[in-house]
Amino acid sequence: MRYELVVNGTPREVDSSWLGESLLYVLRERLGLPGSKNACEQGECGSCSVLLDGRLVCACLVLAASAVGAEITTVEGLGGEGPEDLDPIQRAFVEAGAVQCGFCTPGLVVAVHDLLRRVPQPSEWEIREAISGNLCRCTGYGRILDAVQRAARAFAEQAVTR
Amino acid sequence: MTVLERPRRATRGVGVSAPRPDGVPKVRGQFQFSSDLFAEGMLWGHVLRSPHPSARIRRLDVGPAWAIDGVRAVLTAADVPGAPTYGLEIPDQPVLAADVVRYMGEPVVAVAADHPETARRAAAAVLVDYEPLDPLVDPEDAISAPPIHPDGNVFRHLRIEHGDPEARGEVVVEGTYEVGMQDQAFMGPESGLAVPAEDGGVDLYIATQWLHVDRDQVARCLGLPLEKVRLHLAGVGGAFGAREDVSIQVHLCLLALATGRPVKMVLSREDSFFSHVHRHPARIWLRHQADRQGRLVRVDARVLLDGGAYASSSTAVISNATAFATGPYRVPNATVDGWVVRTNNPPCGAMRGFGAVQACFAYEAQMDKLAAALGMDPVQLRLANALRHGDTLITGQRIEGSAPVAQVIEAAAGAPLPAVGPEALPDVALPGGAGRTATRSRVRRGVGFAVGYKNLMYSEGFDDASEARVRLELAEDGPLATVTCAAAEVGQGFVTLARQICEEELGVERVVLAPPSTARIGSAGSTSASRQTWMSGGAVAEACRAVAGRLLERAARRLGTDPGRLVLAEGAVQALEGADALSVAELLAEGPLEETVTFHHRQTEPLDERGQGDAHVAFAFAAHRAVVDVDLDLGLVKVVQIATAQDVGRVLNPLQVLGQIEGGIAQGVGLAVMEEIVLDQGRVRNPSFTDYLIPTALDMPDVAVAALVEEPEPGAPFGAKGVGEPPTISSTPAVVAAIRAATGLPLTRVPVRPADIALATPGDPRP
Amino acid sequence: MTVTVARSVPEALQALAADPPPEVLAGGTDFMVEVNFARRRPEAILAVSRIDALGQWQQSDGQLRLGAGVTYTQLLEPPLAELAPALAQAARTVGSPQIRNAGTIGGNLVTASPAGDTLPVLLALDAEVELASAQGTRTLPLEAFLLGPKRCARRPDELLVAVRFPAPFGRQEFVKVGTRNAMVIAVASVCVVLDPGTGQVRIALGSVGPTPLRARAAEAYLAEQLVPQGTGPTATSAFELRDGDAALAEVRRLVAEAAQPIDDHRSSAAYRRHAVGVCVARALERLLRPAPGAALGEVAA
Repeated sequence: MRYELVVNGTPREVDSSWLGESLLYVLRERLGLPGSKNACEQGECGSCSVLLDGRLVCACLVLAASAVGAEITTVEGLGGEGPEDLDPIQRAFVEAGAVQCGFCTPGLVVAVHDLLRRVPQPSEWEIREAISGNLCRCTGYGRILDAVQRAARAFAEQAVTR
Repeated sequence: MTVLERPRRATRGVGVSAPRPDGVPKVRGQFQFSSDLFAEGMLWGHVLRSPHPSARIRRLDVGPAWAIDGVRAVLTAADVPGAPTYGLEIPDQPVLAADVVRYMGEPVVAVAADHPETARRAAAAVLVDYEPLDPLVDPEDAISAPPIHPDGNVFRHLRIEHGDPEARGEVVVEGTYEVGMQDQAFMGPESGLAVPAEDGGVDLYIATQWLHVDRDQVARCLGLPLEKVRLHLAGVGGAFGAREDVSIQVHLCLLALATGRPVKMVLSREDSFFSHVHRHPARIWLRHQADRQGRLVRVDARVLLDGGAYASSSTAVISNATAFATGPYRVPNATVDGWVVRTNNPPCGAMRGFGAVQACFAYEAQMDKLAAALGMDPVQLRLANALRHGDTLITGQRIEGSAPVAQVIEAAAGAPLPAVGPEALPDVALPGGAGRTATRSRVRRGVGFAVGYKNLMYSEGFDDASEARVRLELAEDGPLATVTCAAAEVGQGFVTLARQICEEELGVERVVLAPPSTARIGSAGSTSASRQTWMSGGAVAEACRAVAGRLLERAARRLGTDPGRLVLAEGAVQALEGADALSVAELLAEGPLEETVTFHHRQTEPLDERGQGDAHVAFAFAAHRAVVDVDLDLGLVKVVQIATAQDVGRVLNPLQVLGQIEGGIAQGVGLAVMEEIVLDQGRVRNPSFTDYLIPTALDMPDVAVAALVEEPEPGAPFGAKGVGEPPTISSTPAVVAAIRAATGLPLTRVPVRPADIALATPGDPRP
Repeated sequence: MTVTVARSVPEALQALAADPPPEVLAGGTDFMVEVNFARRRPEAILAVSRIDALGQWQQSDGQLRLGAGVTYTQLLEPPLAELAPALAQAARTVGSPQIRNAGTIGGNLVTASPAGDTLPVLLALDAEVELASAQGTRTLPLEAFLLGPKRCARRPDELLVAVRFPAPFGRQEFVKVGTRNAMVIAVASVCVVLDPGTGQVRIALGSVGPTPLRARAAEAYLAEQLVPQGTGPTATSAFELRDGDAALAEVRRLVAEAAQPIDDHRSSAAYRRHAVGVCVARALERLLRPAPGAALGEVAA
């Protein structure tokens, strides 16, 4: 069974032997995009966060075949082309020490993109609530909060210099 | 004469907040975790698990599984070619159950198929005729119950007798405390890829804490010589003790060898809960006796741990829980009995804090109870009894290293309290959060304090060495150091530290780490017991020093001088006197230098029949002060702040130390108020992230690090102590002490459930 | 297995007329968990998440009609959050932002979990659901629609297309107890609605029975107890209870009595019974004497 998904701006042909596959499985195992992570496959950890038509969702809960025609953005679609070419959120995560094992990191990077696009200067409690669907077991969230605040500042500075 | 000092650079070497070398690929989603592996033509593995905590297998029919299109292997116990069982310390756990199952989730059949869904369907099609048996679930009963395993039900009983058995104190407090079963709940589920090799062996890419000990167990079960089983570290999505034991390793290799094709397996979260060990549930009785001034005179204790169905590391966990049962205090007289037993509950083993966590919850509750009985301030009572360098432990061991217990207590107790109370917090920050349950007038704030400690590295005579190789060569753009070490990076930051150590010791700017593999180097020991900074950090440092020595010898030959008159600094070998200098690049033009060393810590000894002996290498201490808001009617708790001070020896990377402290506290807070594997007659009721709750960003308190106490530890490379475990030990009792302070309830069990507060009988005695 | 992505309601109803009808997939937040964990192996799936009409809502004649595809995130945003504040409060407690972006009110209704967060609100608002099929459309009151744990009155050939209830309507409070401050299944929840015009109170309880339950004895008792605070020139928008704190205690008792909770791994029956009483009392206190803007609570940004 074949269908087409638009991922990170590129149409991709999916050849699926079973249509029950989640978008997460198709991204990871059929399209070579394993950046979205598989920690729970029931929408309780946020590791597989992607943008579906601009909405932050868990890829594990999207039936891939139902996403035909939608715009899908994964962590691989953020940042620049070069290997060290990071966007301000990714850079802030590295610099703030928000990454340990890193399994939750791609999902958080996508979730923070969604947050800062909607709320450019969030309060601490807005950040906490916005990322409360992204579980992290390593950091205790302290450095992640710092990273989000750094990224918000970086975006604000970018806006000023423009 | 010019005295050359080793220059302190702001951005490199030991002591700076160097960024993680794997940070960039991780934020881009390009870091390859064990679940991201792919091989051409690979199959998918799946394991069928027992639904019963105890049953006899009357009949097993794999025929229906084979009948499904796309199925390539269906393996049972009869297909295990080597040893039928494995285990970290005692090989008592079947690779696949043959005639009986002893816990819910025990593997019975392994399947490989073209698609993971096909593998799941095939496993479900296997017919297993179970005769369910009454499970043995109470650890107290297990001691005398008929054995549920040929090895018996008692994994270990250990008794410590210290000091004068007749000694008595005037003030006596007594209590029994319980700790529920906690899960490590790492994010990256068990996963890996096994690839059959042409030599009849197998290459296994796997997320683990200790490649070599896995390799030994896998080879034994496969009936293959060690060199034909090669384990390579795949990206590890957290560990916290849960990857110390073999889980899917043997199954993956069996399936790859049976099919002649690569086999990948990625566990679902539910299967993950069933396939790794958990923190031991504990029941601990303690009786403290003190004089009127608050000096501890004697402690009696009985520690009972539920080891679950198989041994795992139970014998070492009970050693810690028993040895540390009286806390970081001078206790001149003590009797402690420690038991760890087999039941039909899920197997328990290593988790961050390893036996010290359970003990600390109990002894710190007792210290508060004693302070109340004495009418003394709880912090002052702790200070009055705090261990110091030179003191003797209840195991008879004298503390030869640093023990800044009083310093961590004073610093944590003196940290500023939160600026605002519940009345000034937003709704979402109150107990109950977005559920809007809280009514501010019914929210009470409480403050609690605790201090704890733990051994670093393995104990009781175990020589847990680490091997490392450092190669220094001239690459196209200058000197390059390559570190080869089998230490598993599980998120803690050894990869950062290894680079910092090379920068520090060799002055090189470019350092790469070879992928850890049993095919490349000997064992580095486990990434556990707060040991890799000391052990593998030490191995890397010594290998660097050996390479540096060879570099100096080379330079000495060229300069016609003695190596002792030369020093390596700033990328050059320079004479201590005079202006002679040769750049490292020049010296490496002769060829690369490579040294391999094995690092050992000082030898320890086993405990004798009275539980006495120089059993531990060193100790680390931490103190925590918790501030909580409690909804008195609903029993909901919001932890507001944790202030902490920790004994770290020396800070090698401030940002990574902070990350370990905050992360460790999160797990301690989780155990205090929400985390528990709920069992009902051996059945796990909540094997999912829907129902096994770990703290979210809305649950985690602010962490205030009041002090990192730097008293360099003798014998430790750079004087640094491991920092990963202490944050998890006393944070739990501090939170519970704060809830007691807010509610006046005794609260002798963790996690504290809302009903424990809301439905407590009025008039329950104040602890 | 087949997947049909419907683009309109008639297209969906036509697909549902097949024998056997396909299984309906909306936001996927419950359905896909079962698929991923191999607890559900559908032969045919009808995806309705791309039907624009289902994500629409209309307000007319004091009634709000929410298309079944309205997401929790839509409920959190104005003007819906102002028209149905308790629904917004409930939506905020559903899962995570990711779940709220995908999950729909129709999905919450059809899943019919005893812990469904919006269900007590819809029950307290006397909501009705619209079910459509190739045969036509029928309307059911919520109490007739929710039959038991994970059981509802939808026939396999029907599509739940909308839910209707009065809005704006009185003062509303939703309160939910869970053992974590976010992303948690309700241990107990309550919705209390007060019509200041009539002094009528409606109370619905979640997670304490096979379906959400109305606490009718408590409602009837409150009808006798509720009196406006002050009269004439001193009249305020506040109410008081004739018997004061004793009345509140009686309400707690009646609510606890109405609950039919069970013991499970999330909590005990005793705690749930206790918690709904506390929560109803707290919700009532907020409704009787509202602080300015309090009815809205703090709906997330």
